[in-house]
Amino acid sequence: MSSLNIDQRIAAGPPAYADTYKAAEHFRDKDHEFDSVKFGVWLFLATEVLLFSGLFCYYGIMRLMYPEAFIHGSSLLDWRWGLINTVVLLCSSFTAAAAVRDAQLGRQFWLKVNLLITLLAGVAFLIIKFVFEYYPKWAEGKLPGEFYSYPNWVSPNEVHWWGVYWSATGVHASHVVVGMGLYIWLLIRAFKGHFGPKHYSACEGVALYWHIVDIVWIFLFPMLYLIH
Amino acid sequence: MASIPGSAGKAHDHAHDHGHGHDDSYLTPKASITATIWDWMTTVDHKKIGVMYLFAVLFMFFLGGVAALAVRVELWEPTKTAITATGQTVITGQALVPSEQTTIDAGNNTYNRVFTLHGLIMTFLVIIPSIPASLGNFLIPLMLGAKDVAFPRLNLASWYIYLVGSLFAITSAVVGGVDTGWTFYTPYSTMTDAGHWKVVFMILAAFILGFSSILTGLNFIVTVHKLRAPGMGWFDMPLFVWGMYGTSLIQVLATPVIGITLLLMVLERLFHVGIFDPRMGGDPVLFQHFFWFYSHPVVYVMILPGMAIMSDIIAVHCRKKIFGYRAVAFSSLAIAGIAFIVWGHHMFTAQGELAAAIFSFLTFLVALPSAVKVFNWISTLYKASIGYTTPMWYALGFLFLFSIGGLTGLFLGALSVDLHLHDTYFVVAHFHYVMMGSTLIAFIGGIHHWWSKIFGKMYNDNWATIAFFFVFIGFNLTFLPQFVMGVHGMPRRYASYVDEFTIYHQLSTIGSFVMLIGFLLHLCVFIHSLVAGRKAAPNPYGALSMEWTDTASPPITHNFHHEPIATHGPYDFDDVVPPQTRPGEFPLPAPLPVKQVTVVKTK
Repeated sequence: MSSLNIDQRIAAGPPAYADTYKAAEHFRDKDHEFDSVKFGVWLFLATEVLLFSGLFCYYGIMRLMYPEAFIHGSSLLDWRWGLINTVVLLCSSFTAAAAVRDAQLGRQFWLKVNLLITLLAGVAFLIIKFVFEYYPKWAEGKLPGEFYSYPNWVSPNEVHWWGVYWSATGVHASHVVVGMGLYIWLLIRAFKGHFGPKHYSACEGVALYWHIVDIVWIFLFPMLYLIH
Repeated sequence: MASIPGSAGKAHDHAHDHGHGHDDSYLTPKASITATIWDWMTTVDHKKIGVMYLFAVLFMFFLGGVAALAVRVELWEPTKTAITATGQTVITGQALVPSEQTTIDAGNNTYNRVFTLHGLIMTFLVIIPSIPASLGNFLIPLMLGAKDVAFPRLNLASWYIYLVGSLFAITSAVVGGVDTGWTFYTPYSTMTDAGHWKVVFMILAAFILGFSSILTGLNFIVTVHKLRAPGMGWFDMPLFVWGMYGTSLIQVLATPVIGITLLLMVLERLFHVGIFDPRMGGDPVLFQHFFWFYSHPVVYVMILPGMAIMSDIIAVHCRKKIFGYRAVAFSSLAIAGIAFIVWGHHMFTAQGELAAAIFSFLTFLVALPSAVKVFNWISTLYKASIGYTTPMWYALGFLFLFSIGGLTGLFLGALSVDLHLHDTYFVVAHFHYVMMGSTLIAFIGGIHHWWSKIFGKMYNDNWATIAFFFVFIGFNLTFLPQFVMGVHGMPRRYASYVDEFTIYHQLSTIGSFVMLIGFLLHLCVFIHSLVAGRKAAPNPYGALSMEWTDTASPPITHNFHHEPIATHGPYDFDDVVPPQTRPGEFPLPAPLPVKQVTVVKTK
């Protein structure tokens, strides 16, 4: 900026938010703030892992108690939809990481494109989930607890399988929804020009969150769909 | 460590800053009342948030205390039924329900709801947020020489989440309350008040309060890691910060587990998914594992802040370097670590023998770091010039009560003894000695210790000390008899009892009202201090940590005029004359000669 003369500076327009951004005043500088924010996000991710660990524990104990219900229940899921959703999420993790890189390099156009693709992948994941997985099961009565009315059960304990299935995928899907909200927020800020090489901590933090949501699915997919 | 004697003249160096509003006390009101209220409601200043938490927690303590007194009043006499000569059934000894047309069930039902309310309020709304969210919020940045916590807006969010959680809990209580006990044990908690939303509301309250706790803990961990002043290494932090750091670790790592547990429980209540329901093939003991995997570590979320306050009070009011700084610091981490592997001792009667034996062994491990702390405090007291101030009395009270609470914990950790004491008043007395006798006693001691810093006013030390003795004697009168009752087999959570226990229950009830007098006295002392207290010096007790030495009482809005530089440890009383003290303000011992004056420059 400083190398430009006054006419060039006027032609360049007002400096972008990301270039003039100053760290909050209780931090020494932007690096100090960035490190702190990133550390905070990692701690938050640790809490997410522990939250899901409770669900994995639920899965493990119920599976130990009623293996036959889980073996049969798993065969009632269509692994192809699970696989497609896994691919969708993995691709979105790629674009999430690419968006961070774009912000770092100041590629504003590709930043917006990648943020948008990530958001749309979240939408696609939920559409697949609801239209091809949740809705047919709902219609057939493969529901948790007292709403369970599927007539062709094999094991009387299948209700536990559906309890695990709905609570684990439901908590995961709610995380996807939260992530989509965060990506809408990022998109709005990206269109306002908030991100650039000197300021991209929000992109990075949300991308980290999106990765953990992805990783949880990477574990849920084989546990629910593949292990027989 | 050689050092400069602080910064008594710093304010004058920057007189030119006056007029910007930066030098004003954080308590300075705005132009109008509405502006002031709006300022407090939207503040991201850790000091204001800490003060708001302090008042909220004390208010909740009052509500929980009223419930406790109601419990004690009910237990004044055993409930009895008699049939009069005219054939009427007369019930005596019930205090909580109107005497006409009452039934034994109605009395029991009310009693269950009242003690559950007491437990829930005291655990989730008072003790867990008490020290970290109020004193911790206020003091950690000041002690570290930072302008604020790492994420000030998150801090404000956690305060509002706390308010929302409190509203859920109070709503549930107002519409009738729950009778699950604060532990929400299944399957009872998933069946009681079936079809009513108040239990779900109470569970959601605990769930929401968990988020508040996580955010506070996360904030503190990042603050401690990233915002220490130049020159302040990990072992130059006041031990209060070490204790809060251990607390925050547990808050962040354990609370998500109760989050998912309570969520599953809501699913169980609303949809009957069957996870905890034995009728459907679920496992109610699984709930106990989930619950205690959080709630046992949280026992240390409750006690570690108390220990954190202890280290500071004892060192400052003894004016002596704390004995074994590193041992005290690391024992905080050790307690935080061991906290995660002892949850099974809450279920000795609900698990296999091998598991119980392992958990029993692990439980004894917790005694080691706790004892390390107690012995270090006692060693600090040895040959110290002890100032018998209110905070110091509270610290001495803590040593006495925590020793009883801790040692009786060993009884309960021993399998063979626990089988008899399990679910008796012995357990009740034990955890009250630790939760109330230690944590809350330390909390009140801490409030007195930092009162002058927070509000800039001194309080009447004599009256506060008198109040302490009411609290201390009342406390022991309340809970010592409960140990005896417990050993004799009085089960907990019963509204009535056999006649033999009457004398113990009556002693206990009298004790609880003696405590009430003590707390009301404290309230008067505090109000008097706020209204008519002398203005406090920046460092009335001659302490050496930054909240005393580098800022005014009350602190300025931006905490410090300049980022302070740590030039001495927080307890280097042998080498450094405490700065910012006003001679004659407080009975300090004769000033020590400064051995050497050098400015230690870092960065």
